[in-house]
Amino acid sequence: MATAPLDVPRYPMSREGGCPFDPPAAFATFREAGGPQKVTLFNGTYCWLFTSFADVRAVLGDNRFSTVPSTPGFPMLSAARDAVLQETPTFIRMDPPEHGKLRRMFTKEFMVKRVDAMRPRIQALIHSLYDAMEAKGSPIEMVNDFALPLTSTVISEFLGVPAEDREFFQEQSRLKVLMDVDPEIPRVASAKLIDYFDGLLKAKERDPHANDDLLSRLVIDQVEPGHLSHDDAVRHADLLVMAGHETTANQIALGTLNFLQNPDQKALLLGNPDLLRGAVDEMLRYNSIVQFNGARIALEDVEVNGHLVRQGEGVFALINAANRDPAAFACPNDFDIARAPDNHLAFSYGVHQCLGQPLARAELQSVFGSLFQRFPTLRLAVPLEELEFKGGHFVYGVETLPLAW
Amino acid sequence: MLRVRINQDLCVGAGLCVVSSGAVFDQRDEDGVVVLLQEFPPAELNDAVRGAARKCPSLAITVEDVADEVPAA
Repeated sequence: MATAPLDVPRYPMSREGGCPFDPPAAFATFREAGGPQKVTLFNGTYCWLFTSFADVRAVLGDNRFSTVPSTPGFPMLSAARDAVLQETPTFIRMDPPEHGKLRRMFTKEFMVKRVDAMRPRIQALIHSLYDAMEAKGSPIEMVNDFALPLTSTVISEFLGVPAEDREFFQEQSRLKVLMDVDPEIPRVASAKLIDYFDGLLKAKERDPHANDDLLSRLVIDQVEPGHLSHDDAVRHADLLVMAGHETTANQIALGTLNFLQNPDQKALLLGNPDLLRGAVDEMLRYNSIVQFNGARIALEDVEVNGHLVRQGEGVFALINAANRDPAAFACPNDFDIARAPDNHLAFSYGVHQCLGQPLARAELQSVFGSLFQRFPTLRLAVPLEELEFKGGHFVYGVETLPLAW
Repeated sequence: MLRVRINQDLCVGAGLCVVSSGAVFDQRDEDGVVVLLQEFPPAELNDAVRGAARKCPSLAITVEDVADEVPAA
């Protein structure tokens, strides 16, 4: 891949100076210019950014763009990210037909009806966390006192990961996705997680009928008949745990903050509970937390809405830019729950669209269908300016969220 | 009326169709792949069915307008 000239912007760019809820201001400039924007990456290579809704959807839906990171020229965000992506891939880093074969080993677990059956348990966990918040008393810290315990417990119970190991996998998952650090940090975290899930899967393989959980069912349905190797089961257990708690926890904290910053929207939801599903989709669109996703490489020459991407060129189809495109969403920078967007790309699009989205929606709908009823006077306990946002993390969010009532 | 077709080979089990219209779409118990419950859904489900086709991330659902009559079996 050729080295780009110096006047080409560097990606990723920072959100600094702008509203913490908005993507970098440059995305709107690129979108208005039309077509893809050429950018340079940390290693001096170049790739293309797609920022309009139509273009991002087209790229994500086109299987001529590959997600396999070992493809020569695949666009990388940082040395730390590169270190993790070069590991043996899970299905999210595979192309069809291998992708579908592996993904289908997990799809039944996330079926809408299966997830709907989990809702009473999710609701019960939420209410016990509210009880704990009340017992502790105002103020509390939303991320560590509520969001992470909820999402970690849900995914642990679902997969069959011992609850006492929650802090270990939370911490290592957090380190694994850091972007601007010594590559040894994510590499070591990743190795620890693989070691851990290797031990857990071995225990389940010794007695797969001892517990009825996702990983035990995976052993019975896929590992024992020889469809899936032990090592692949280990890597996918790691993927599901990571994807299942970090993302939703960040969304819960940011969604809470969205309502606190927009009290009219909070009042609207409280007065119109039937807006709940649309409100959750609006917070998914508005925050688009998987802020650096959408890396692809063209396997052949591809025309995207009239713009040619040559074989071997890297692209980023920017979900957080697309979800703020005024051509797709009127007044896109407003948090407006009544718009109930059902076409946003927060869970991506195409064959890689989030497998766990029914579970994420169930958790978010359960939280935001009850949080402000239980704590009607909930408020930020510090000025907004004091909050530390996760600008350099693969998944956007807020480090801590002190709340009072 | 609308005629709905599904392609189970393309389906990635995202489940958006079931959320759009559980009367028309279901998911197969063994692997979460889409199952069609009604090829010719009643008119009141037209919007939901078109929504399901539009939202499907892997283009596994197609909808076409057909004559206002259910063909003989």
